[in-house]
Amino acid sequence: MIFAADTPSWMLAPVILPLIAGLLCFLLSRRRFIVALIAVLSNLFVVCFLTYQLLIFGPMRCYIGGWQPPLGITLRTDGPALLMLLMTAVTGLAITLYARGYFSHRISDPVRVGRHQRQQRYFWPLWMLLLTGLNALFLSGDIFNLYVTLELIGISAASLAALSGKPASQRASFRYLLVSLLGSLTYLLGVVFLYRSCGVLDLDLLQNFTDAGSGMRVALALLTVGLLLKTALVPLHFWLPPAHANALAPVSVILSALVVKASFYLLFRFWFELFTPIVTTSALNFMGTLGAIAILWGAIQAIRQHRLKLMVAYSTVSQLGYLFIAFPLSRVVEGVQVWSIVLFIALTHACAKSAMFMAAGSVYLHLGHDRIKDLEGVRASLPITVFAYGIAGVSLMGLPPSGAFIAKWMMLSSSFESSQWWWALVIVTGSLLAMIYVFRVMSRFFVISKEASIKQSVPLSPLLEWPALILALISLFLGLLAPWLLKILSHENVRPVVEIFQGGLP
Amino acid sequence: MTTTLIYSLAGLILFGMGFYTLIIHSHPLRKILAVNIMGTGVFLILVATAYIPLGEGEIDPVPHAMVLTGIVVSVSVTALALILACRVQETSNSALLKRRHQLKETRKNNT
Repeated sequence: MIFAADTPSWMLAPVILPLIAGLLCFLLSRRRFIVALIAVLSNLFVVCFLTYQLLIFGPMRCYIGGWQPPLGITLRTDGPALLMLLMTAVTGLAITLYARGYFSHRISDPVRVGRHQRQQRYFWPLWMLLLTGLNALFLSGDIFNLYVTLELIGISAASLAALSGKPASQRASFRYLLVSLLGSLTYLLGVVFLYRSCGVLDLDLLQNFTDAGSGMRVALALLTVGLLLKTALVPLHFWLPPAHANALAPVSVILSALVVKASFYLLFRFWFELFTPIVTTSALNFMGTLGAIAILWGAIQAIRQHRLKLMVAYSTVSQLGYLFIAFPLSRVVEGVQVWSIVLFIALTHACAKSAMFMAAGSVYLHLGHDRIKDLEGVRASLPITVFAYGIAGVSLMGLPPSGAFIAKWMMLSSSFESSQWWWALVIVTGSLLAMIYVFRVMSRFFVISKEASIKQSVPLSPLLEWPALILALISLFLGLLAPWLLKILSHENVRPVVEIFQGGLP
Repeated sequence: MTTTLIYSLAGLILFGMGFYTLIIHSHPLRKILAVNIMGTGVFLILVATAYIPLGEGEIDPVPHAMVLTGIVVSVSVTALALILACRVQETSNSALLKRRHQLKETRKNNT
């Protein structure tokens, strides 16, 4: 029975469902939203089922077409992968609803209907293909297959970023495409070096090679640089703010909440599963230092911005830094705890940043601009959006009970335990700076405007406001869900005893 | 072994040259070509790698499959990059024309 409850074939569904939906969206002339919604809903359902499967049967592997490694491609589930999948599925559902509201609002505007319809037409298939790439990346257990998924994500993300059609966004997305190409080529070169020294591509088999000499170190360096380019850690972040801030609102949400997380997830997997024997303390400290610079620099830039969307984009640069502070602390805490720090930050940031970008997009639609100094009186006309923005801001700062609070708490305590107090200093300073840039905008929202400039604007549909609020609330209460999340996470990847070269010809 | 080494080194040099061009030149077409050359470099190393492990005239087929996939990916990415570059060119040109037009108008109004 293929679809019995305990078969690993279910893993194929999160890859295949959005793929089919994407192709259908491309071919159909109407009802694209319905197709996408069905795909996203069934994706959420399947991912929930996979979580249930993980809790009952433990981590699983699916050999595509029955071909075992080293020749075949493996899909696998374990705790971290499933949490990332859950994050993608939940945020994906909210993004789909928000995008629907966004496009119908813009099409209802009589100016430039054709352009908005064209944007909507290409948005749905590209978004579905991007979802395919993300799901495949989280599930895949083969470094070359990961390269293909990275390219899939890069291509669809760059095309999505170009949708808005403004000259600024097209320049930004061209640069984004080039950077992501450079990143994936560097990654591919790393894969080549790894294959040269080990002779296999499967992640499980690669773990057998504890030290394969200098080839492995070169591979680690290349893979890291390639993935850091895509994750936009500080010296390599130059492409992120223009690409994220100039895209359409739903696209900004997708890029900022999901796409950068995908490459980070891979990077983390490589450092803490594949290359653990050759990672040195100084390398970990180096990553931590870059992360610290990212937190401070991103936050300062966010405070200096005059446009709301650019501010939120720089806040992404800053928040990504926290993920890298976990690197030097990994030597102190035990195995699962590193994952829990990183995943709590990633999940909170995904939900909170989606909510924030959605709120920024709604404000933009409402006012027709997003200059921070002219945001007066929005609170009166868009109370739900402002509420969502505020709650998302609170989660980004890391106040309890948000998930970021738990992660920051663990990082602070472990940095004091190992007497590396400087990381604690950076974390606290970063949170204070986050407070400044969040409240700087909040205070403008609450100023009551004297002019009647807002009255002429169109009211927004609930689809534009409620997804943001719900995501913000999820991010705020993620801390309360911690026991369940940790339970999922504790099902770590147990390396199976694989007889090498047992597969081959059928 | 030496043959493999020569080809691998050539691949690395190609990668480096492509990278250099990508960083130095600002013209979009040059950048796209540079990325393609970098890709070719990686593929060359892969093909050379296929020669190593088995020896005695036998060749490892896995890197070949990887190169094929890589070529497909790079063709499609190049197409996308070219289209984007054209769009950038068009929009910035039309923006430039618009600005010139506006300048002329203002001059007319002033005189």
